[in-house]
Amino acid sequence: MDGPVRVKTLKIDDRDVSGREDETILQVARQNGIFIPTLCFLEGLTPIGACRLCLVEVKGVSRLLPACVTRVEEGMEVYTQTERLQKYRRMVLELLFSERNHICSVCVVNGHCELQSMAQILGMTHVSVPYRFPRLPVDASHERFVVDHNRCILCTRCVRVCDEIEGAHTWDVMGRGIDCRVITDLNQPWGESETCTTCGKCVNVCPTGALFEKGRPVSERMKRRRFLPYLTMMREERR
Amino acid sequence: MSKKRIATVWLDGCSGCHMSFLDMDERLVELFQQADLVYSPLVDLKEFPEEVDITLVEGAVSSEEDLHKIRLVRERTKVLVSFGDCAVTGNVPSMRNPFGANATLQRAYLENVTLHPQVPREVIPPLLERVRPVHEVVKVDVFIPGCPPSADTIYQALRDLIEDRTPDMAQLTRFGA
Repeated sequence: MDGPVRVKTLKIDDRDVSGREDETILQVARQNGIFIPTLCFLEGLTPIGACRLCLVEVKGVSRLLPACVTRVEEGMEVYTQTERLQKYRRMVLELLFSERNHICSVCVVNGHCELQSMAQILGMTHVSVPYRFPRLPVDASHERFVVDHNRCILCTRCVRVCDEIEGAHTWDVMGRGIDCRVITDLNQPWGESETCTTCGKCVNVCPTGALFEKGRPVSERMKRRRFLPYLTMMREERR
Repeated sequence: MSKKRIATVWLDGCSGCHMSFLDMDERLVELFQQADLVYSPLVDLKEFPEEVDITLVEGAVSSEEDLHKIRLVRERTKVLVSFGDCAVTGNVPSMRNPFGANATLQRAYLENVTLHPQVPREVIPPLLERVRPVHEVVKVDVFIPGCPPSADTIYQALRDLIEDRTPDMAQLTRFGA
């Protein structure tokens, strides 16, 4: 990086904090132990601000800003837990739950799911919009892994880890709006993918039961993610 | 303080929530010092009574009978509680929704039956096209997620409700718990 790195001072929830000018509100909040909920964000992948759970209020800005992609600025006053934000975050979760078939009790990651635990953390006890109950496929053609579109929340962590870390870009996104889907290669069955290296990174970064490994009991379906920041770090050092 | 009148109802669920209710064991005795169980699959009463204070509803709304029952229960209940994931989300019963009622009947009564396959038309209430969580049909006051909610969760919720507090369920339980 050229030149000295500037430090910005700001307030998050009335606390004085500081961060480097190239850091985001989310990063600075986490360094200071301030909780901002996230789903599409994952340390080690490019943040995209898609899930809108990390929305925060900034004094003097009428729009809500996604903390994962908003840089800190001098004198900023950020609020992370206002009533308005909590209402919107619960609404986001309710829409995610209603959009596909998230049947927690029979899900392969029941108890290890970020969507499920986020609902509990944010105090969402029911979905007030009507459930859609769409008919969605399960692709078990891969020898080791399964994609169950019923549980997908379109966070695109799989797409990003496959592209940015593994370098295979097997995963991508197809369709728009409610028809949006993650796909392998050119919407071919995963088992027939010529680009997939069977590395399993996508499975491990998936926040829900949308991607899982075959032949493991539910109790062992923990996702392992600690590799990710190290891989990112090593790659950046080599550049 | 007069005794609270409590009821429990069983719609489309596996009865697991009621089993968990029984799992409160000796705490049931304690709870029902301050309350009366006026209607439940666990007691022998045919008509849902008038003026019930708290009703726990297990199960989703899946049939014409469920629909009729839940409307009557709502009319006669002060605090209606969605009790367990089937009531709160539709849960396992709702897994037929992407396919519809007809496909479900076909699979259950025709495709997998070898002796006189036929869809029952009498005695058994007709299925609704879609299984729905209770709050999509009538107003619900309290939601207790869980499959099933633990005995501790139910106990805490009932304690609060009997003493006119609103239980904070997110602290105690979650979907699929």
